[in-house]
Amino acid sequence: MDMSQYLQIFIEESKDNLQSLNENLLLLESEPDSEQVINDIFRVAHTLKGMAGTMGFVKMQHLTHSIENVLSEIRNGKLHVTSDMVDILFQCLDALENYVDQIIKTSAEGQEEYKELLVQLEAILKGNFAPAAATAPVEAAPTPSSNDGESAYVLPAEVEYIKKQAIDAGLNVYKINVLLASTCMLKAARAFIVFSDLEDMGDIILAEPNAQEIEEEKFDQEFMVVVTTGESVERVKEVIMAVAEVDGVTVEELILRASSEEETKEETKEETKEAAQAQDQGQGPQPAEVQPEKQHTPPPASAPPASAPPASAPPAAGKTNVAGKSVRVNIDRLDTLMNLVSELIIVKTQLEGISGGDVQTNSETNYSDSVEYLERVTTSLHDAVMKVRMVPVESVFNRFPRMLRDVSRKLGKNIDLIMSGEETELDRTVIDEIGDPLIHLLRNAADHGLETTKERKEVEKPDKGTIHLRAYQDGNSVVIEVEDDGRGIDVNRIKQKALDRGDIPREVVENMTDQEIMDLLFRPSFSMAQKITDLSGRGVGLDVVKSKIIALGGNVEVATELGKGSKFRVRLPLTLAIIQALMVNISSEKYAIPLNNIQNIENINSSQIKLVQNQEVIVLRNQVIPVVRLDTILELPSSDKDDLIVVVVRKGEKQVGFVVDSLIGQQEIVIKPLGKYLNNIHMIAGATILGNGEVALILDINTLV
Amino acid sequence: MDITSKQQYVVFEMDKQNFGINIQSVQIIERMKSIMRVPKSHLAIRGVMNLRGEIIPVIDIRRLFNMDELENTEFTRIMILRMEDALVGCIVDKVNEVLDIDPNQIEATSTMHGKIDSSYIIGVGKVIDGDEIVTLLNHERLVEVAFGINE
Repeated sequence: MDMSQYLQIFIEESKDNLQSLNENLLLLESEPDSEQVINDIFRVAHTLKGMAGTMGFVKMQHLTHSIENVLSEIRNGKLHVTSDMVDILFQCLDALENYVDQIIKTSAEGQEEYKELLVQLEAILKGNFAPAAATAPVEAAPTPSSNDGESAYVLPAEVEYIKKQAIDAGLNVYKINVLLASTCMLKAARAFIVFSDLEDMGDIILAEPNAQEIEEEKFDQEFMVVVTTGESVERVKEVIMAVAEVDGVTVEELILRASSEEETKEETKEETKEAAQAQDQGQGPQPAEVQPEKQHTPPPASAPPASAPPASAPPAAGKTNVAGKSVRVNIDRLDTLMNLVSELIIVKTQLEGISGGDVQTNSETNYSDSVEYLERVTTSLHDAVMKVRMVPVESVFNRFPRMLRDVSRKLGKNIDLIMSGEETELDRTVIDEIGDPLIHLLRNAADHGLETTKERKEVEKPDKGTIHLRAYQDGNSVVIEVEDDGRGIDVNRIKQKALDRGDIPREVVENMTDQEIMDLLFRPSFSMAQKITDLSGRGVGLDVVKSKIIALGGNVEVATELGKGSKFRVRLPLTLAIIQALMVNISSEKYAIPLNNIQNIENINSSQIKLVQNQEVIVLRNQVIPVVRLDTILELPSSDKDDLIVVVVRKGEKQVGFVVDSLIGQQEIVIKPLGKYLNNIHMIAGATILGNGEVALILDINTLV
Repeated sequence: MDITSKQQYVVFEMDKQNFGINIQSVQIIERMKSIMRVPKSHLAIRGVMNLRGEIIPVIDIRRLFNMDELENTEFTRIMILRMEDALVGCIVDKVNEVLDIDPNQIEATSTMHGKIDSSYIIGVGKVIDGDEIVTLLNHERLVEVAFGINE
């Protein structure tokens, strides 16, 4: 029976089920005796098992079944929940997630059986579960959430499988690192030659970065491939070194399971020295990139689990996933869309009637009426479609509690994650991209930001470190904050570091404000240098975070207080966002003020405005509020009316009253950027197109307050 | 680009003078629309307009060329120029025609003086059959100056 039509549903539901399992399992750990929670978990796991079975994913079904057995014992009170047990269960969920990912890519569940996990589940059942062994399978089953670099040597499961087969067949398996000359212009072309030379000798079973990324030159000087071949190490090396502009090659033989690191290490060192020399000659613009220590250069996140046996499966590079992207939409929004479309059809019929020579009515007015109607409908339709694309950030946030639990277990720190504003909406495209940078920031906060429990005791902080993750809409952007109450960042140390590096002139560094110095953290390879000198280590890869966020049109800032904690603030523009705004008239022009900035609106008489230190203020409910005349700021002729309308806006603690000429009303507006030529005008956050096609500017309250 | 081949220029009028911009960079020519002033922008920027849902800045060429302000007429047009990654509108008095101009017929203008900054001008093109003279403009420079880039 053909199941492919159900595949999409299966994937969607499995993801949901896994997410709810993750959440409930976290709950279970904190309230191990709650019958409600364990029942929920059991029910969801059972559903998952049933679905996997129906779809014919036997291995997945088998694993879920084993999980279910353990859960059932817990439910019956025969087993007591421990953190180690929860660890194993989480690993099982990761394994299930891997199955689902594999299914998304290939619509098959793959070869991996996660035997270790099955054995451990069995052990839990039998009651002779040894927590000490619990950490082992974390390495064995690389999970999407545990990609912090240490696992770089662990091959993805399928590759491991092919490797086994190749070794059984008497072939050699080599892990080859190729370093291209820093002067190399056509890196992709050189890499391609290396690839084709290797393919002449054997099969490439894994490449990092993957083939497509290499093709697009998305790598630095170095890339890694794993090949199976009958040739010797020397021969392989010789062939690769023969390619022009290759500076260094390390070839490492991979042996079954117990990897022969000892044997290969010497060779590695020797070769990288050679590479480093070559780099020196080529005056190495990125010294940090070729540190010999940096064996796991490409983040294993990009380790393509999709690389399959060359013969049996189509190349994964460039292949789109079997299952497409989808958005969950509130049924109300769809109804609105539906209604609008039916209105569109009505307009169409009207217009047809007019052109069909229906002259009984006054066709002139009828026509313009219909066009006006059409205009209204299309505008609303546009809005409605935009809204459909908006997704609450919850869909990104909901995997963080689980991730932070893992991190805190690993680090041995007690961490509390407090999230707020999950309902804040962002465009789907942004949502898809924002996950990784946030993971990075959260990990940073947990790893480097928070002190160890011992250190916290010494400085008399509560044992439990707190990380706040907040999302909120601020004017025309969505702000996501990651704040920890840890040790903070020492500005002077960054400054010292910058001076030591010497790529910024001393006098420039000396004159920098604290904020500017903090921004140095986001410079590429700044972090690497920090690590080597054994500074706090804060900022590893922050440049990657920054470049990603900038690519989304946002920015990221950091604020810190030594000893109290630091706060990373990611600001994302709502390029496609729709906001509620108050439309106002100022002189002859129309402006929009984002509604969520507005505190209240007051009618006052000009005599109520007082002067305090040359600043106009009003006193409202015993509060002194500075007043800004928008017409002056916007270079418009000022009015000398007596009755003024003051829109009081709030930003943080500050309140400011803006004098406007008249109010038009509340309106939903779509924010459009002013484009690159006008982005230096700070008090304007963007523009919007009004119902009549005219443009109105949106005031940026943040800079005006 | 082939040097010997003729280039096409969109010819427009400002204060009775003819100017030309390479047709490759002209996206579209629009009738005058409502333009929203942008406070604190450079003098030569008239504001922003809505071009089919996109907000694009509009340059007032008269201000850039130190010419007197002029009321819009029925001939006033907005020429939408395609820059590297953005669109920019330019208000011109009137758009006349599209002309083929032979590169050999373009003369440098270093000796000419006038109200218009000579850096905007590539050269003066003559049309073979006819006595028309067209001042050819470097639109990239025009946009740079208008927005105060690289000053």
